[in-house]
Amino acid sequence: MKTHSPAPLGLVAAIALTLGFAVPASAQHHDHAHHRATTDAPTQDAHAHHDHAAMSQAEPATASTAPREPIPAITPEDLAAAFPDIDHHAMQHAPAFNHKVTFNRLEAWDADEGTGQAWEGSAWFGTDTDRLWLRSEGERMGGHTESADLEVLYGRSVSPWWEVMAGIRHDFKPGNARTWAAFGVQGMAPYRFEVSATAYVSDDGQVAANVEAEYTLRITNRLILQPLVEVDIAADDDPDYGIGRGVTGIEAGLRLRYEISRRFAPYVGVVHERALGDTADLRRLEGESVRDTRVVAGVRLWF
Amino acid sequence: MKYDDSTPGRLGAFRPTRRQFVTGLATGGAALGLGLARAPASAGTPARRGGAALVTGTEFALDIGAMPVDITGRTRPAITVNDSLPAPTLRWREGDTVTVRVRNRLRDMTSIHWHGILLPSNMDGVPGLSFNGIAPGETFQYRFQLKQSGTYWYHSHSLFQEQAGLYGALIVDPREPAPYHYDREHVVLLSDWTDLDPAALYRRTKKMPEHDNYYQRTLVDFVRDARRDGLAETIADRGMWGRMRMTPTDISDINAHTYTYLVNGAAPAGNWTGLFKPGEKVLLRFINGSAMSYFDVRIPGLKMTVVAADGQYIHPVSVDEFRIAVAETFDVLVEPMGQDAFTIFAQDMGRTGYARGTLAVRDGLAAPIPSRDPRPLLTMADMAHDMGGHGAHKGMEGGCGAMMGEGGCGANMGAMDHGAHGATSNAPNHPASEAGNPLVDMQSSASEPKLDDPGIGLRDNGRQVLTYGAMHSLFEDPDGREPGRTVELHLTGHMEKFAWSFDGIPFASAEPLRLKYGERMRMVLVNDTMMQHPIHLHGVWSDLEDADGGFHLRKHTIDMPPGTRRSYRVRADALGRWAFHCHLLYHMEAGMMREVRIEA
Ligand SMILES: [Cu+2]
Repeated sequence: MKTHSPAPLGLVAAIALTLGFAVPASAQHHDHAHHRATTDAPTQDAHAHHDHAAMSQAEPATASTAPREPIPAITPEDLAAAFPDIDHHAMQHAPAFNHKVTFNRLEAWDADEGTGQAWEGSAWFGTDTDRLWLRSEGERMGGHTESADLEVLYGRSVSPWWEVMAGIRHDFKPGNARTWAAFGVQGMAPYRFEVSATAYVSDDGQVAANVEAEYTLRITNRLILQPLVEVDIAADDDPDYGIGRGVTGIEAGLRLRYEISRRFAPYVGVVHERALGDTADLRRLEGESVRDTRVVAGVRLWF
Repeated sequence: MKYDDSTPGRLGAFRPTRRQFVTGLATGGAALGLGLARAPASAGTPARRGGAALVTGTEFALDIGAMPVDITGRTRPAITVNDSLPAPTLRWREGDTVTVRVRNRLRDMTSIHWHGILLPSNMDGVPGLSFNGIAPGETFQYRFQLKQSGTYWYHSHSLFQEQAGLYGALIVDPREPAPYHYDREHVVLLSDWTDLDPAALYRRTKKMPEHDNYYQRTLVDFVRDARRDGLAETIADRGMWGRMRMTPTDISDINAHTYTYLVNGAAPAGNWTGLFKPGEKVLLRFINGSAMSYFDVRIPGLKMTVVAADGQYIHPVSVDEFRIAVAETFDVLVEPMGQDAFTIFAQDMGRTGYARGTLAVRDGLAAPIPSRDPRPLLTMADMAHDMGGHGAHKGMEGGCGAMMGEGGCGANMGAMDHGAHGATSNAPNHPASEAGNPLVDMQSSASEPKLDDPGIGLRDNGRQVLTYGAMHSLFEDPDGREPGRTVELHLTGHMEKFAWSFDGIPFASAEPLRLKYGERMRMVLVNDTMMQHPIHLHGVWSDLEDADGGFHLRKHTIDMPPGTRRSYRVRADALGRWAFHCHLLYHMEAGMMREVRIEA
């Protein structure tokens, strides 16, 4: 613990200034002042280079205008106090790693075929620019899981609004489970559309893509309309899964939620789903419906 | 001169002998900590509602501990100093050498930083830069000589402890009498309190930065605006903001949906009261000790004469209202008379709530509380996206997302604006590190000091509002030299990620900014975000320059509204490693910080 005492220093410096730097350093007998930066020639001791550096740095300005308040000379004590040996981990930081888990849709409906439930959620873990993403979507009808998938992706921010994604997707249903490699982008498009587009290559060679766009339309600050559109595309016929090449299907949803809190919002909505192109034809052959409109109720929550 | 908030005396005199539950703030319970409860009524007044103990002298012992408090009606954990929230008001004297022994009774590391005080860097209290911090159970001794006088404050520099209550007022009495007269004085320490764990609040903000913004523009607003301004114009306006993926309602990150605003530790209902006798000149020492909240302060019925800013004397300015950025202090003279009570009204910048206290001739009085002003909206001009100039509007409609930092598009904006603004333009030279940076969602295209601008929500409100331009230091530039070089730094961020930085580089990956001992340099800050940031450099003064680059106002914290470019002079006369950061606590923690290293 040392006491910094600039007052005598300042006084000495002020005297020196008043005398126009004419006082030799040796005449200013003060234990702190024997190598002052503001005096003439640097002395030859170990600290001289510090003083000299400080002096030359200030020189362009001081040559014409010296500081009104002189700069105190540096003492060894000053240096020791200024750069103590410290543990640089002593500074604690807010966590660089954060996470968020969102259930965007947790909903149920009542239809002719029975009751159904669906979920769609995502979670991220990581920093501002590098994140591990989990995404999952699925549907149950009459107590059976009709479809369910889980994606595990690494997302890296490549611009303020876009993140490139790479990872795997596993389909538990429909049909036999299969695994896909996934590549895509997600982010916020102008006008604040939340967009994700992902291409998939399956372990059995199928190539597919999914594009999703979502918007938040505030009717009031708590009553929020959320339109959503999702399009599925397949590169090849995939009869085992009832898929024909081209645009296979489209889903459009309109959900109206009320944010009781930011984290918890019940909603009602209407969802329209239809199969398109060859996929629709395959469905018709199977005697299945190619379009479906349902009224859903659910909650959106995050933590 | 009377200090009737409590009794001056050595710390030992009121050191608590047992833990006491700090309570009653919501409803205005009197004593906060034992200091007040034990204060003999020597000044002839009972203990004030709220307020902290006052301690004077040269030797101090501060005990940092955890304690439950009741600010909102719920009992929540807080961090207290000598069982007090806010921490005791310390009263020092210019020229004295003070010794402060700080004992840590917490389970975590702690620290105290003396905000705005010139001292050796190992006394500055920033863990990892000045010292190792104060470990649990340890006592650290601060000791330094005071080279200045004025109103300051002190707070923890460890994680989120400041938000949890570790802050207090600091007064350094001058050796020479002040250049103005007053009969009585009060500290008015403004702050924000949350019942949430501050670390949880940080995590929440990272997940959803707009959590508290229940003021976003809605379909209902759209219909209203379309009726008023026409459909085409309303669509154009929404389109402009939409292309930027921004919202003009982002005035503050965290507001009264989370915070309760305090005067000297008392919630509005607690009504902290400072006494006066009619005809007295009262000095009010305003300190904004908030973690995240700007306040707009007025005392309806009274003119306020601002006589000091950040502890340093200024030419007196008479105003009706002032905006106080986080960490700033203003000394204000008032002469209350003609009424028994006056309300000190401090609404938050986003108009979501207020802190309130009362000046009264006796306890238990109250004056009417004004209603909050209408909530302002940011404009493109606020963000230095000048819509008035030739071609500037066209620029906004450009396909590259206007001034947004999408894939380097924003980096061209300086050049693009060049033609539009001409010689007076300060078209900023954006650092290369901002271009295409995922952590930079916006760049300003043409920024100005705007020293005479009262700021968002305060323009043309019929009141005389303080500006930086209206404040001049009472003294000439104490250094006098022209800066030998200029360093320009841009304040950057990403609203959706709640990421904050200088030049797009967060603290964790930034190199120190190196200054030569003795040099006089010019710091130029450009705000490339839509938020307002109070920027604080430890260890040395920030001498704000006027629009022509001359010495204007000595400060320790420079407020940077959106779309401004402000410059100040730094006299690097303090060796060591100093913190340089946004004083919005969560912005600092999110990365808006640098080390400034002043080397021999
Ligand atoms: Cu900030």
